[in-house]
Amino acid sequence: MSQAKKSKQRKEFNVADLDRKARYVVLFLILSGVFWLLFGTLLALVASIKMHLPDWLGSAGWLTFGRVRPLHLNVMVYGWASLTGAGVSLWMLSRLLKVPIPLRGYIIVAGAIWNIALLVGSIQILAGFSRGIEWLEFPVSTMVVIVLCVIIMARSVIVMVMTRSVKQLYVSVWYIIAAFVWFPLLGLVSSFPIFDTPTVQAGMNWWYAHNALGLWFTPIGLAAAYYFIPKVLGRPIYSYGLSLLGFWGLALFYNWNGFHHLIGSPLPTWFITISIAASVMMIIPVVVVAVNHHMTVVGSFSAVTYSPTLRFVVFAAMSYTFVSLQGSMQALRSVNEVIHFTHFVIAHAHIGMYAFVTMMLFGACYYILPRITLREWHSKKLIKWHFWLTAIGIIIYAGALQGIGIFQGFSMNDPDVPFTDTVTMTIPYLIARSVSGILMSAGHLIFVWLLIRMVFQPGEQPETPLIWEKIRKEFAL
Amino acid sequence: MIRYSILLFGIIATFLIAMFGLTILPKIFIDEGVKDPTYFTPFEVREGHRIFVREGCIYCHSKQTRPEGFGADVERGWGRASEATDYRNLLPHNLGTMRTGPDLANIGARQPGEEWHYINLYQPRAINEESIMPQFPWLFEVFSEDARPGRDGLNLPERFRIPGMKILPADEARYLVAYLISLDQETGVQ
Repeated sequence: MSQAKKSKQRKEFNVADLDRKARYVVLFLILSGVFWLLFGTLLALVASIKMHLPDWLGSAGWLTFGRVRPLHLNVMVYGWASLTGAGVSLWMLSRLLKVPIPLRGYIIVAGAIWNIALLVGSIQILAGFSRGIEWLEFPVSTMVVIVLCVIIMARSVIVMVMTRSVKQLYVSVWYIIAAFVWFPLLGLVSSFPIFDTPTVQAGMNWWYAHNALGLWFTPIGLAAAYYFIPKVLGRPIYSYGLSLLGFWGLALFYNWNGFHHLIGSPLPTWFITISIAASVMMIIPVVVVAVNHHMTVVGSFSAVTYSPTLRFVVFAAMSYTFVSLQGSMQALRSVNEVIHFTHFVIAHAHIGMYAFVTMMLFGACYYILPRITLREWHSKKLIKWHFWLTAIGIIIYAGALQGIGIFQGFSMNDPDVPFTDTVTMTIPYLIARSVSGILMSAGHLIFVWLLIRMVFQPGEQPETPLIWEKIRKEFAL
Repeated sequence: MIRYSILLFGIIATFLIAMFGLTILPKIFIDEGVKDPTYFTPFEVREGHRIFVREGCIYCHSKQTRPEGFGADVERGWGRASEATDYRNLLPHNLGTMRTGPDLANIGARQPGEEWHYINLYQPRAINEESIMPQFPWLFEVFSEDARPGRDGLNLPERFRIPGMKILPADEARYLVAYLISLDQETGVQ
């Protein structure tokens, strides 16, 4: 019996089987995410334009900046990045552990409930029932539902690890396990009603918000980088030892980073100092991961010209290095004194969530979707447009807001400059931000168009992918 | 080769240690000093805080002043450095992380006039031509000139007036302004 069970567990699945079984569940999660991406993009444009045209759509309460802006964040974080990230993670795990995704029916139901929770939460924020805590504006009920859905997916992750048919756990697997353990814990702790005094709640707020990025999106993003870079190039990751150091460095230090958002606040200084120290320590895992990825890509850099996946993933991995090192610097008191409370930080957050996480997910989608749908992307040219619109968009965004953010900070710290001047000086750059937003939105629309053509209009199906032909032939993927 | 059990242990341990350090420990240290069950917040202030949260004021206005020598908050006249004991019962917290607009920790002392706040909330451009603050007309009611005798409408500049009408603050505007005026570091505790 146990022999039979064991042999059953060790059954080898080929990738075609795995992808076929993953088809509906992964497709559902990715498409749900993309729906929220579009909705979030619309909210982003409204919020951005309102910053320089304050009376535009100004008479309706539910469209006021203070409701649209938090909803934009929540939809992007818990809708787009979480749903798509979960789909991408489950697919990678199935491939890496060579077992089909278990509990597929449950995951689809959980995904559907998750979508409904997002819809209800969105209406609640627009109607004025925000929880009022940054990154946690969705009412606790929505948050708890999302956490339960992630727990179902986490259960699937654990089952895959237990029944895997490979012996070794690749570095991406560590990150994915960590993400699916950390996020439910984070969500649950943040929903406990024990943080019932304002300053303690502020501490919990930034512990949570920073960790949502650091312990949920970052591990998923890095898992994807560790998976797709070697996969597309067909060569192993440069160093196992560096992978190990990078992973445990992140687990040890990222957890402690949150309070650097509270420098100068009335919370006890020694908590904040711990966070500053941990933020600086983050340089270790970040540099280690960057070296590991760079040494893997080095020599094959030209592959980015023919692999859209690699192009997005490399852009995202470079952004991760950049944004993390920038984050370590921003945590220093002398730097924070200037950039805290300015648009610099807003841009920093977008480099993290967009240039890193979102671009990484785009790259993953370009790889995964043809394999699970067995259909081809319809236009190589449009994929290039998608990349350049979004890449140039986020570069303009970051350049404009971080550039002016520094001047805004210095002006704010100079009591001789009237406060109004710190507002008016930013207006041209806020307009530039709206322009960059339009570029990114155009990129998203192209992506959605490609997705619709692929998923809902099968048309003619080429034998092999147009773009990855070279790689596919070479490595028999 | 990394073992699954060690991996899982490490993942949970690193998380729990930091969670204790950054959420539970601050609670132990701070709560005692600021929890005050006898502290009374008037109804208007409490409601005003709710509206402050609802309209998302915090995304542009911080409510914490940094200590002297760190930034220019004190020099700008935004009040003394905030202390943990300034923040008592009103949740969610409103420390904020952005200053598209000025800090509000001491706004009640800086702008004690109700009329100023009403006009600024109804149409910020009526106070400062270059303001990019949103308007909040849904906190106000429009009446014809003859209605409610004895109550003057908001004293708006000509271009923001509605001919033959007067604008009066609704309850929500009154609560919000009561809350804003209560933000005074010397008298009120937030």
